[in-house]
Amino acid sequence: MMDLIGNLGLGLSAALTPYNILFCFVGTLLGTLVGVLPGIGPTATIAMLLPITLSLSPETSLIMLAGIYYGAQYGGSTTAILINLPGESSSAVTALDGYQMARQGRAGPALAAAALSSFFAGTIATVVVAALAPPLTSIALKFGSPEYFGLMVLGLAASIVLARGSVLKTIAMVSMGLVFGLVGTDINTGAMRFTLGRPELADGLNFVAVAVGLFGIAEILRNLETTIERTAVISRVAGLWPSRADFKAMIGPACRGTLLGSALGVLPGGGAILASFASYALEKKISKTPERFGNGAIEGVAGPEAANNAGAQTSFIPMLTLGVPANPVMALMIGAMIIQGIVPGPQVATEQPVLFWGLIASMWIGNLLLVILNLPLIGLWVKLLTVPYTVLFPAILAFASIGVYSVNSNTFDLYVMAAFGVFGYALSKLDFEPAPMLLGFVLGPLLEEHLRRAMTISHGDVSVFFTRPISAGLLTVALIVLIVAFLPNIARRRKQIFVEED
Amino acid sequence: MKLLPIIAAFTLSVTSVFAADYPERNVFMVVPYAAGGPTDTIARLTADAMSKSLGKQIVVENVAGAGGTIGARRVADADPDGYTILVHHIGMATAPALYRQLPYKPTEAFEPIGLVSDAAMTVIARNEFPASTFQELVAYIKQNGNKVTYAHAGIGAASHLCGTLFMSTIGTQMTTVPYKGNGPIMTDLLGGQIDMTCDQATNTVGPITQKQVKAYAITSDARAATLPDVPTTTEAGLPEFKVGVWHGVYAPKGTPKEVLDKLTTALQAAMEDATLKERFAQIATMPATKEQATQEALRTKLDSEIKRWDPIIKAAGQFAD
Repeated sequence: MMDLIGNLGLGLSAALTPYNILFCFVGTLLGTLVGVLPGIGPTATIAMLLPITLSLSPETSLIMLAGIYYGAQYGGSTTAILINLPGESSSAVTALDGYQMARQGRAGPALAAAALSSFFAGTIATVVVAALAPPLTSIALKFGSPEYFGLMVLGLAASIVLARGSVLKTIAMVSMGLVFGLVGTDINTGAMRFTLGRPELADGLNFVAVAVGLFGIAEILRNLETTIERTAVISRVAGLWPSRADFKAMIGPACRGTLLGSALGVLPGGGAILASFASYALEKKISKTPERFGNGAIEGVAGPEAANNAGAQTSFIPMLTLGVPANPVMALMIGAMIIQGIVPGPQVATEQPVLFWGLIASMWIGNLLLVILNLPLIGLWVKLLTVPYTVLFPAILAFASIGVYSVNSNTFDLYVMAAFGVFGYALSKLDFEPAPMLLGFVLGPLLEEHLRRAMTISHGDVSVFFTRPISAGLLTVALIVLIVAFLPNIARRRKQIFVEED
Repeated sequence: MKLLPIIAAFTLSVTSVFAADYPERNVFMVVPYAAGGPTDTIARLTADAMSKSLGKQIVVENVAGAGGTIGARRVADADPDGYTILVHHIGMATAPALYRQLPYKPTEAFEPIGLVSDAAMTVIARNEFPASTFQELVAYIKQNGNKVTYAHAGIGAASHLCGTLFMSTIGTQMTTVPYKGNGPIMTDLLGGQIDMTCDQATNTVGPITQKQVKAYAITSDARAATLPDVPTTTEAGLPEFKVGVWHGVYAPKGTPKEVLDKLTTALQAAMEDATLKERFAQIATMPATKEQATQEALRTKLDSEIKRWDPIIKAAGQFAD
């Protein structure tokens, strides 16, 4: 315990030099500004801003990069809430209720809920990283492919809870997402699947293009149906700040989201992707008024945002303790470390304690700066919504195109975005929801990868999924979740049958 | 149509006039892999060092996808004016065998500028793995065959090439388990989920020196300074088993000779840069010598590597498309 305080003290003294605070601030500011451009998520933002950091000292450069990461993540939630444009899978969840809140004139409380619950989660998760990194790493290493497979199955089962309407339609959408996830190179044989002969599809459909098309472009198309009067997206903006009742509603989801996110973020094989979806599903399940979800429930913003930010924080753990990147952002950080002359790995903590603990301390400082930076900006962002359609829509289209192009510097992704825009419009006309499809699309490739790898390693023996305790446990929970999801339906149908018989 | 050669001749003469003033603006260096990976790191260090003597900034642009072929194609189709160049690794030489529909010919679509680096591969296994020397490892694999699991980072990746060569050299097939990238392989190796792999020393020096994985051999001619205890494959009795991940810089076909020479000179200067040498040494990567950082050396290397890998890949019957 004394060690922990001593180490954090060392970290704080390293991170709190005016020079490092300045670059932490510059990082969060740049990250927010670039991340707020529709479709540009943390990975693209860091890749773009990476060269700026190379002339700095290793500590300062990593602190700034981490700042860019948090800033971009937060900026992504802002566009998700304001204009329904998620730049990565976690903000797709935020868009569900955040955008509905914005349409009801409650963009201010939604943004504040996102900022405050992110900060709360970031504070707790920083302590988790500092205190529990080594034991959590050894748990994460117990997760092999059978365990990840169980986790993905559980995630998909829980996604059915995401549904606003019919369970059957949701299952159809999840399945469709899984099918879209099949596009690309089969990693076992190298065969091209559903690539239509386009080399651009060899690595699968670009997530950002799909998400921006499905949510943002489709939303613009939908709005074009109504005669364009020179009105703004919303004319009346209720208070900027969450009410007392809002705060009360946020606390529980933020705490549960933090727990979920911290736990899932440690798993390098795709756990963090599930964090915000899992939190949303959980909040909806335990809510007394689940019908509010999808129609602007503040819990549906606070929980996933907390989970996402906690997961973003704890996903540093595998990198810090093992030198292994958990996601593309961490891969970029490791690349930056090598360019700075630091060989990543477990020895960093002992050989470079100032850097190691300085980075951890800067996580919390970065989160604090983010809140200080963003709370005053809420008013500005909300004003953005009063810009008339005729100006706002072309601007969104232009920025979305830039964002999608910037991911791979590839024009083909723009066609993908346009196609999914039309597809998303058709879905909304037919009353299908895009969110479960997006989850299927994100989890599908992971599900397949881990299923096939587990089977290869076990030499084709299916029993690995049931004999390994973690995997068996996860699959059992998935089964229970499915039964619970279907129960009301079965009960209702039986009632109907009885009614008809009477 | 008859005008075409005249126009072509005219453009050529125009570019050669301007070639004397090259570079007048920033140069884009395409990295055909994602930012943060080993090739990206090598490219950024090289670009930084080359910029110093070139006088203009070399900006790294990541055009990832399809095993590096999308970025390479982008450069093959770019204007041959020296403002778009490519950094590519051994994958440039293996692509013709792996991709049946490769839209460019590596030997014809590019002008070589020079070799950049050569990084050795290390044969490693999980800590509890029974064998403790390279000889024991080979004996164990020959005895247990496909019960041993070998992880690689996807067809065409360096770890895949290394494994394919290893298995063809010892004449035994293991169960190969594909991953998406080297990061997840290391996690599974540390967690004991998988038996062994072969990865660039760049990625393995940390875990090996921390005794988190077992190292058996290094696939270079000499031991690495950062891994003095790991024997070479020749010392361990398997001299045919040699793989290096080498990087080279290329320009599109038709780039004026003057421009190419300026880039080669800048590359040679970069290889002498103190920061670059220090960083390369930390990741167990050899910078090219003055003789290797030449157009001729890269052309020779590319030709010989294409000839070397073609039969090995074809014999394994694997394609990446």
